[in-house]
Amino acid sequence: MSGITASLNRIYAMVLRYTYLLRGSWPRVLELIYWPTVQMILWGFINQFLVGQSAWLAQAAGLFIAAVLLWDVLFRAQLGVSLVFFEELYSRNLGHLFVSPLRPHELILALLGISLLRTAIGVGAAALLAIVFYHYSIFDMGLYLLAFFTNLLVMGWAIGLMVVALVLRYGLGAESLAWVVIFAITPISGVYYPISVLPDWLQPLAQILPASHVFEGMRAVMLEQRFPSDLFWQAVGLNVVYLCIGAGLFLYAFQVARRRGLLLHIGE
Amino acid sequence: MSRSVSEALSAPMAGVAATRPAIAVENLVKRYPKGVTAVDGVSFEVAPGTTCALLGGNGAGKTTTLSMLLGLLLPSSGSIRILGVDMLRHRYRVLPRMGFTSPYVDLPQRLTVIQNLLVYARLYGVPRPRRRVAELAARLDFESLLTRPYGSLSAGQRTRVSLAKSLLNEPEVLLMDEPTASLDPDSADRIRAHLEAYRRERGATILLASHNMQEVERLCRQVLIMRSGRIVARGSPRQLLERFGRETLEEVFLAISRHEEEGKIPCQASPPP
Repeated sequence: MSGITASLNRIYAMVLRYTYLLRGSWPRVLELIYWPTVQMILWGFINQFLVGQSAWLAQAAGLFIAAVLLWDVLFRAQLGVSLVFFEELYSRNLGHLFVSPLRPHELILALLGISLLRTAIGVGAAALLAIVFYHYSIFDMGLYLLAFFTNLLVMGWAIGLMVVALVLRYGLGAESLAWVVIFAITPISGVYYPISVLPDWLQPLAQILPASHVFEGMRAVMLEQRFPSDLFWQAVGLNVVYLCIGAGLFLYAFQVARRRGLLLHIGE
Repeated sequence: MSRSVSEALSAPMAGVAATRPAIAVENLVKRYPKGVTAVDGVSFEVAPGTTCALLGGNGAGKTTTLSMLLGLLLPSSGSIRILGVDMLRHRYRVLPRMGFTSPYVDLPQRLTVIQNLLVYARLYGVPRPRRRVAELAARLDFESLLTRPYGSLSAGQRTRVSLAKSLLNEPEVLLMDEPTASLDPDSADRIRAHLEAYRRERGATILLASHNMQEVERLCRQVLIMRSGRIVARGSPRQLLERFGRETLEEVFLAISRHEEEGKIPCQASPPP
C-alpha cells in the first residue's frame, strides 16, 4: 500500500469510526438538526414580521433566514471539529489512537471531514425545512452559496482546531469553550446587520474575521444582486491564515501533551 | 537461606542477548517541568521472540517507561530503538509493527466490538479486515460479542477484545500494561495462554508491566524490577530467585521494596545492559 493510499485509509478509518457512532445513536443525529432548525424557525418568524416593517428588508425576504443558516454553518463546523475530538477523550481512546500509525495531521483531516458531514446534515436539514415553512430556498443562491458555505466552514474548522488545542493543553476543563467561543465573535461578524453599524473602533476587528466578509457578501448578493469578489478573496485569504494558525496550534499542543505526558491522562 | 538484598542487588546482571535486541533502551530519563523525575537513567534490552516483564510498585516508573517506548511521552534524554528503528525520530516506521494494550486505555464504548476492531484494522492497514477480525474473535473466543457495544462488556470480555485489537496487525513487538488486571483467574489464565501461543507462533517480543508475579514467572524470560524510576534488579525469574535466595518472585519484590522502605539499600542506577 503506497504512503498516500495508507494515509487516506487511516483518514477513512476515523471518518468510519464517527459514522458508526452517528448510525448507532439517533439522539446524536437529532442534536445535529435540532438547533439549526430551531434557530431557522425563530429567525423565520422575525423575518416575516420585519419584512412588513422595513423597506430595506423587504428587498430580500429571506435575508435573516439565509443569515441564520449560514451562521450555523460556521457554528456547526466548529463544533464538528471540537466535539468529535472530545468523543475520543470521553471514551479514553486517545492512547490507542496515538500509538496507532495515525498521524496527527491525518487526525486533523479526519476531523475536518467529519465536521463537513455533520454540518451538511444539520444545516442541510434546516435549509430544506425553510423551504417547507417559509418558501425560502437558500439554494437559490447557487454557486454563491458554495462560496459562502466553504468560507464559513473553513473558519469554523480553524476555530475548532484552536479549541481542541486548548483542551489538549489544559484538559477537559476548557471544554465549555467549544460552546461559547463562537458567540464572542457573533456581534462583530455582521451576521444580521452591516458592519458599518459597529462603532468605528470595532470595525477593524470585524474586518479581520472572514465571517464578516461572507455576510457582507451575502447581503450584496441578496439585496444588490451582485457578487463582491473582493470580499470573497479577502475571506479566503484570512481563512488560509486562520486555518494555518489552528492546525499549527493543534500540532504544537500535541507536542506539549507528549512532553508532559497528557495524552494518557487528559481529563478535567 | 535468604541472601541479603544489598548483596543480591549488587550481583552481576543477566547476560546480554547475542542477537540484535527487539527493544533497546539506553539511559532513558523523564523529568517533568516541576522537577519530578519519573524515570532516571533506565537502560535495558529485550531479545527478539522473548517476553520481558517490568515490575515495580506504584509510581516506580513502569507506565512512564512504556509510554515513552510507545511515543506517547517524549523522554527528557536517552534513546529508544525498537526493531532497530530510532523511536524518537522515526516512530511511524515502527508503530505499524507494534501492538499495545492497557486496561487504562479504552475503546469507544458505544461502538460495537466489530466496529471498533474494523476501525483499528483500517488504521493499521490490515488487509481483509473482516476476515482478520473473525479469525481473532474465533481464537480469543468472543465471536458472540462482536455485535455488542464495547461499553456493555465485562472486564474480562473487554480485555479479550483489547488484546484482539493489539494483535490485529500481527505485531512483532507487543507492549502491555497489566494485561490481566482485574480478571478472574480463569480469564487471566486464558489470556496468558493466548499470549504464550502468539509469542511462540509469531516470534513476537513482548514487554509487559505487571503486578502479578505468577504471571511474570510463567511468561517471562527476563524481569526488570524498577524502583523510584530506576531498574534495581534484572535477570531471569530463576536468576532473581537464586540471587535473592527467595522462593517466589513476589518474595523478591517484597524484599526489594521493604528493604528500601527500611532505608537499607540506596537506589542504584541501572547498569548498562
